[in-house]
Amino acid sequence: MSNKLFAAVAFAIAVAIAAGSQLIGNEYFFTATYTVLQFIILATAWNILGGYTGYVNFGTAAFFATGAYTAVALYNAFHAPLIIMIVAGTVAAGLVGLAVGYLTLRLRGVFFAIATLALAVVLYTFVVNWDYVGGARGAYILQPREIPLGLPRYIHVLYIAMVFMCAFALVVARAIETSTLGRGLAAIRDDELAAECSGVPTLRLKIFSATVSGALMGMAGTTLPYYLSYVEPSSAFSLSYAVNSIAMPLIGGMMSWLGPLIGAVLLGTIQQIVQVTVSSAWNLLIVGVLLVLFVTLAPNGIMGWFDAWLRARRRS
Amino acid sequence: MPGNKVFSVLGRALGALLIGLAFTGAAFAQQPPLKIGFGMSLTGPLAGNGKAALIAMEIWKDDVNAKGGILGRKVEFVYYDDQTNPSTVPGIYTKLLDVDKVDLVVSGYGTAVIAPAMPLMMQRNLTFMTLFGLNVNSKFNYDRYFQIMPAGPEPAVGWTRGFFDAAMTMSPKPKTIALVGADAEYPHLALEGARVHVKRLGLKVVYDKSYPPNTTDYSPIVRAIQATNPDLVYLASYPPDSAGMIRAVNEVGLKTRMFGGGMVGPQFAALKSALGPLLNGMVNYELYVPDLSGKFPFLDKFFAKYQERAVKEGADPLGYYLPPYAYAMMEVLDQAITATKGLDQAKLAQYIHTHTFDTFVGKVSFAKNGEWAVPRVMMVQFHGVQGNSIDQWKKPGVVTVLEPAAYKTGVVKAPFQDARK
Amino acid sequence: MEFSAALLVSAIVAGLLLGGFYAAVSVGISISFGMLDVVNIAHPAFIILGSYIAYIVNDRFGFDPILVSVVLSPVFFALGMALYRIYYLAFERRGQESLRGLAFFFGVLFITEVSLVLVFGVDYRLVQTGYSEITWRFGEIDVPMRLAVPFAVSVAMVAGVQSFLTRTFFGRAVLAVAQDQLALRLMGVNPFRVKELAFALSIATAGVAGALLIVIQPVQPSIGREYIGLVFAVCVLGGMGSIWGTLIGAFVLGIAESFTSTFFGPSWAPAVSFGLLLATLAFRPTGLFGR
Repeated sequence: MSNKLFAAVAFAIAVAIAAGSQLIGNEYFFTATYTVLQFIILATAWNILGGYTGYVNFGTAAFFATGAYTAVALYNAFHAPLIIMIVAGTVAAGLVGLAVGYLTLRLRGVFFAIATLALAVVLYTFVVNWDYVGGARGAYILQPREIPLGLPRYIHVLYIAMVFMCAFALVVARAIETSTLGRGLAAIRDDELAAECSGVPTLRLKIFSATVSGALMGMAGTTLPYYLSYVEPSSAFSLSYAVNSIAMPLIGGMMSWLGPLIGAVLLGTIQQIVQVTVSSAWNLLIVGVLLVLFVTLAPNGIMGWFDAWLRARRRS
Repeated sequence: MPGNKVFSVLGRALGALLIGLAFTGAAFAQQPPLKIGFGMSLTGPLAGNGKAALIAMEIWKDDVNAKGGILGRKVEFVYYDDQTNPSTVPGIYTKLLDVDKVDLVVSGYGTAVIAPAMPLMMQRNLTFMTLFGLNVNSKFNYDRYFQIMPAGPEPAVGWTRGFFDAAMTMSPKPKTIALVGADAEYPHLALEGARVHVKRLGLKVVYDKSYPPNTTDYSPIVRAIQATNPDLVYLASYPPDSAGMIRAVNEVGLKTRMFGGGMVGPQFAALKSALGPLLNGMVNYELYVPDLSGKFPFLDKFFAKYQERAVKEGADPLGYYLPPYAYAMMEVLDQAITATKGLDQAKLAQYIHTHTFDTFVGKVSFAKNGEWAVPRVMMVQFHGVQGNSIDQWKKPGVVTVLEPAAYKTGVVKAPFQDARK
Repeated sequence: MEFSAALLVSAIVAGLLLGGFYAAVSVGISISFGMLDVVNIAHPAFIILGSYIAYIVNDRFGFDPILVSVVLSPVFFALGMALYRIYYLAFERRGQESLRGLAFFFGVLFITEVSLVLVFGVDYRLVQTGYSEITWRFGEIDVPMRLAVPFAVSVAMVAGVQSFLTRTFFGRAVLAVAQDQLALRLMGVNPFRVKELAFALSIATAGVAGALLIVIQPVQPSIGREYIGLVFAVCVLGGMGSIWGTLIGAFVLGIAESFTSTFFGPSWAPAVSFGLLLATLAFRPTGLFGR
C-alpha cells in the first residue's frame, strides 16, 4: 500500500471516527478516550527514535511539556486559536529535539538516554522560573466561549483534533518506516558501526529521527492546556509520560507503526479502567509489571507474537 | 447492599403492621439514595491530606444517615482516586456525571485538581463546593463556586495577614524581611500575598528567592538569608521542605526577630512529633489548636471519632488541618439542600451565597467570589515543646495564638533565637 | 547580600558534605554502569528501599539506621545477585542489552516504587538518631552531624570500594572484566561470576546510601526519580569506571549546587547540575577522569 493511499485511508477513518463520535451523548467517552489518543501519539512518536533507530528517550515529558507550554505562552500572548497552538508547539518541540540530537547523538545510545533525562530536569527548572507561563504557580487557560464548527462542547473539538493528530502521527511513522530513510534507521539500530561503514549518513538520520520524534511528542502536548484549563510544571513533566511511552511500543511491538498503536490502545484502556475501579496506585504497578514481563519474555511485543504465530501457520 | 436490604425489610414489616401510617424509616427505603461524587487524592504527593479529608467526609456521611439522611434520602459517596494528578480530573468528573449519574459533586483537595473540573461545572451550571484551593475562582469568576478554606475574599492576602499583624505588634517595628518558599503552587501564591502586605507596611525586602522542592540540603539557603540580617523571615513551604528548612534553621542558628508564617506540614502529627522542640519559637498558621476547644464545642467528639479511624487507616493521627473543614463543607451542603428542599443547583448557589451556616468550625459565610467572607486563619507561636511525643499536642499549652484578635491568647515572643529556648 | 569569607567557606563546606553523600549514592552506578556497562536505572529504587528498611528498624527498635544498613548489606548483596542473574539470562546473553535492558530496569524502578507506595503509603518518613540534632561550630562555620556523619560513612564506603577493586583478586577481576572479557576467561576466571559479584556490590552500596539519605532528609517512595539523573550525572562527570572520579564528580556537583543556592538562587540549582551534565556529554564525554 503506498503511503498516499495509506494517508487517505487514515484520514478517512479519522473523519468517520470524528463524525461517529458526535452520536455519543456521554461526555465521559470523550475524556477517557482523549487520554488514550494522547498515548497513541506519544507511543508512535517515541517509537520513531526508539524502535526504528534504537535510541531510548527518557525525556518524553520534556518534549510533551514543550508543546503544552508553547500553547500556554501563545494563549497568554494573544489568545491564539487552537490550530496555531498545535503548529507552534509541534515546531518548538521539534527544535528542542534537533538541539538535543545535535548535542548528544554523536555519543553512544546510553548517553543520549541520560541526556534526555537531564533535558527534562533543565526544561522543568526553566519553566518553573518563567513567570510568563505561570511558573510553579501554574497557568489558567480558559476554554473559549464560542465553540467552533457548531459542536456542543469544547471537549469535542479537542477530541476531533486529537483523532486527526493521531492519524497524522501514524501516517508519518509509516512513511518513515517504509522509506529509504527508514531502512537507514533500521541499519543504525541493528549495527551503527556497520551502517556508518556502508555509507549511511548516521548522524544526519539520527538527528532527523530525533527532531520528528520530538515534534510529534510536542504535538500531543498542545491540547493539554485547553483540556485541563490549568497547567503546572510538576504534572506536565511527570515521569509517567516517559514510562508509558516506553512501555506501549515495547508491549505492542517496536518494529512497525502498528505496534505502538496496539500497545497504546491496550495499555491506555487498561489504565482508564483501573483508574475508576481499583485503587489507582495499581495503575503504574500494572504498567511496570507488564513492561518487565514483555521485555523479558516477549521482546518483540504483541506484533512479535502475531508474526511468530503467522510464521508457524505458514510452516504447517 | 446489606444496609438497604435490612431497611427495606424493616420498612415493609412496619408498613404491614401499621397500615396507613408513613414512617420516615419506610420512606428511607423507598427513596433513591442521594449520590455525591468527587475525586480525592488517595495517592500522589497530597494523599496524606486527601485520606484525612475522606475520613472526615465519611464520618459526616455516617452522622447524616444516622439522623435520617438528607430530605429523607440516604447519602452515598461515589469517589475515585485522582492521584493528585490534574490529568485524571476531567475523566473522573465526566464519569461521575454522565455514567454514575451522581446528584451532586464536590471537589478534591488542592488547586491542581479543582481547576481542571471548573469548565465542566460551569458548562453544567453545577454548584461546586471546593476543598482548599488557593484563589482558583479568580480567573473563572464562577458564581456557583464555594471554597471552604478560611482564607477570605482575597485568599493569598488573607492567608498571610496574620503573620504580618503579629509582626507589627513587636516594638520597635520590624523594617526588613526575607521571603522564601518552594517552587510550587501554594508557596508561590502565598508569597504573592505576603508581598502585598510588605508593600502595604513599607517593609524592605532583603531576600526574595525560591528553591526547588526536592532540595536535599537547605543550609546554603538559610545562610544566604542570614547574610542579609532580616528582621522577619516569611517561609511558605510544603511538608518535606518545611522539615528541611526547620532543620537547617536550627543547624545554622538563624538569628532574626520572627520566623515562619506559611509552612504546610507542622500542622500534621508526623512533623510535630519528628521535629518536636525544633519547632519552639517558630510562628506558623494553624487551623485548629486544642487551646481553643472551648470555641469549637462540637469538635471534641469529632476528633475522637476521626482519630480512631485515622490510626487504623494510616492518615494523619491528629486531624487538626483538613478534617474539620471537610466536614464543615458537607454540613453547608446539607443545610442548603434541606433549606431549599431540593437539588436545584441555582437555588442552592443562591442560598449558600445569602446565608450564614452553623458548622463544626463555627459560623461560615461566603463572599461574592465564593471565598469566605472573613478570613479566619490562626497564626500561632510554638513554645515549651519537649521531646517527640504526640500527646502534648492534643492538650493546650504548647501554642500561643497570636492572631486573629477573636482567638488571641498571647503576644509574640521575640527575638526568634530567644523564643526557641 | 554581604559576600563574606565566612559565607564562601560555608558554601564550600556545605557543598563538600552534600557531595560526599552524592558519592555514596553514585558509586554503585560507577560500578554497574561505568565498569559493567549495565544501565541500572533502577539503582535509586534500591536506595529508597534501603531508606525504608532503615526506617522500619529504626521505628520498631530504635537502632541507628546507618549501622542497620551496614549490617543488612548482605541482604542487598543477595538481591543484587538475583537481579543480575535475571538481567543476564534475559538480555546480556542474547545480546539485546542496550534497549531492552534499559526498559527492563525502568520497569523494575517503577515496580519497586509503586510497591513501596502500596505497602507504606506516600507519607514522608523520617528517622530519629542521637546525632541528628547536633551541630559542630567552628567560628562562623557550622557542620551539622546530620550531614557530617553520612559524609564520613560515604567517603569510607567509597574508599573501601576502591581498595577492594585495586587490592583484592576479585576486585582486580572486576576491573579486568570491564577491559577485556576474553582475556579474563583465558586466565581462568568466570566473567559471569565476576560481573554478578560486582553488580551485587553496587546494590549493596545502594542499601547503605539509602540509610544515609533518610538521615539527611525525609523520604517517600517517589523521590527515587529525582536521583536518577543525579547518579548518572556524577558518574559521567567523574568519568566512567573511575571510583575516585565519581567522588570528585560528586564534590563538583555538590559545590555547584551549594554555590548556586547560596549566591544566585536555589531555583536554578538543578539546572546548573544538569546543565553541567549536558555540557560534559556534549564536549568531554569521557568525563574528568575517564578512560
